Amino acid sequence: MDWQAIRLSLWLASLTTVLLLVLGLPLAYWLAFSRRRWKFLVEAVVAMPLVLPPTVLGFYLLLAMGPRSPFGRGWENLFGRTLPFSFEGLLIASVLYSLPFMIQPLASAFAAVDRGLIEASWCLGVSRFRTFFRVIAPLSWAGILTGIVLAFAHTLGEFGVVLMVGGNLPGRTRTVSIAIYDQVQAMDYGPAARTAALLLGVSFLVLTFTYALRRHQRKPWTLI
Amino acid sequence: MDAHLTCRAERRFAGGSTIEATLQIPEPGFSVTVLFGPSGSGKTTVLRLLAGLERADTGSIRMGGTTWSDANRGLHLPPQARNLGFLPQAYSLFPHLSVAENLAFGLAAQTVPERAVRVAELLKLLDLQGLAARRPAELSGGQQQRVALGRALARRPGLLLLDEPLSALDQPAQLRLRRELRDLLRRLDIPTVLVTHDRAEALHLGDRLVVMDQGRVCQSGEIQAVFDRPTDPAVARILGVETVVRGQVESIVEGLATLRVGPARILAADPGGLGHEAFACIRGEDVAVERSSGLASGTTARNRLPARITALSPEGALMRVSLDCGFPLAALVTRQACLDLGLSEGDQVCAILKAAAVHLIPHD
Repeated sequence: MDWQAIRLSLWLASLTTVLLLVLGLPLAYWLAFSRRRWKFLVEAVVAMPLVLPPTVLGFYLLLAMGPRSPFGRGWENLFGRTLPFSFEGLLIASVLYSLPFMIQPLASAFAAVDRGLIEASWCLGVSRFRTFFRVIAPLSWAGILTGIVLAFAHTLGEFGVVLMVGGNLPGRTRTVSIAIYDQVQAMDYGPAARTAALLLGVSFLVLTFTYALRRHQRKPWTLI
Repeated sequence: MDAHLTCRAERRFAGGSTIEATLQIPEPGFSVTVLFGPSGSGKTTVLRLLAGLERADTGSIRMGGTTWSDANRGLHLPPQARNLGFLPQAYSLFPHLSVAENLAFGLAAQTVPERAVRVAELLKLLDLQGLAARRPAELSGGQQQRVALGRALARRPGLLLLDEPLSALDQPAQLRLRRELRDLLRRLDIPTVLVTHDRAEALHLGDRLVVMDQGRVCQSGEIQAVFDRPTDPAVARILGVETVVRGQVESIVEGLATLRVGPARILAADPGGLGHEAFACIRGEDVAVERSSGLASGTTARNRLPARITALSPEGALMRVSLDCGFPLAALVTRQACLDLGLSEGDQVCAILKAAAVHLIPHD
């Protein structure tokens, strides 16, 4: 088995999940409570990675990160390195690719919190910011857990975007799904089977754990 | 001098409905202002405007020298800055926190020992000792109500807002808690605005009455004054004055007006400002029923109206006697009196009522 690729994938998935949580909490809060008329536009953009082919997303990301785009140039001026085919580039791509898997469970959990509880907290002098952490977040734990699990698992298994943006550099951008692909291409079925079984096992365990924790929630089945 | 709280605000909703909130609390200290009206009349919206949960589209709200809201200046203090206690109709206790944590929720600015002292005080004040570690789901309705009230009182608010505080409880608990609640509010010495659609609750708990209908305040004032002298038929109907009939003013002689209602004549005290037509408001408690239809001998009651009993319906210890005396009139008498007279449907009787008990509202 390609342990280097497995370590890289786990590291990438963990970092992506943490970043998504930091980005996702405020964005999901806004989506759940904003009354802006153009909110649906943001919703559509956030959901894009669900339907877009990974190669299409990867293609545009590659263009955006390239030296001809302002973003790519800015990054290079700031850090002295280029983004495409680097771990950082892969991280940015993963965050965008897994965005809906974090945002949607969070936003629907926040929106399901009884409005009366939020208003009761405000009337007790508690700020909106603190109300989020003392009322909304604790009552949305199942949605937050679901978002974390889905974002992590989805990043762990991504393939097309990695191939487009990251390439296949061992130790830097060669993730576990790429490693399996390489092994199969090389007719190396033994290691491919073992790595695949590991991914299958991890995914199954994570989902089992999530559903077990959520078994007292009202809606069965739906994760998102 | 300015009133302690002055609210003259309006909230327009997208569907086209508008809620007008006009009310005053003259002085700080204990007083209960009751927002009274049928459901859908906008009482809760007025409470939410006061709490800052709704933003007024026009008008202003001022409390104790501070402007809470002024639409002209685009000023709107959020609920956090108004130091109020709000008891929502659904109680809205935090389900993930214990009773003690619910009570201490608004006390984050205090030190841990200060908070513990205040929570202990509240548990004692509201008779919740022994329940501090329970979750809201493990409490009875009455206990939940007391926790929610305690939570609203924890920060010693300058204004208490109670939205149908007793409506979620069963009838015996309501009756018991009405008395307790008023005693408690008196001890706490906080001005209170209370929403209810229950006339008995309003009479029992209130000092001042603000009658609302269809999104606007119809009348407000001292509770007895409002009940005794509703300014228009809508208020009278909302207050539950049993009979409100329209008639023509025939004559006014020495402060007594004669109102013609169909074939009947009603003598009533002249309220002043009478035109050609008026509404007569008659409360069932003020109507007596007599068997004989002959002339009065020794009574001061000026109105003796021949009537037929159209229905008898018991109401607790009382009996509602529906009469037809050219117009429908309701009398509220004791059941015993009803039995003694052997009243039954279809009987010819005489309805007796004092001219002073008929309240005329000019209506032209």
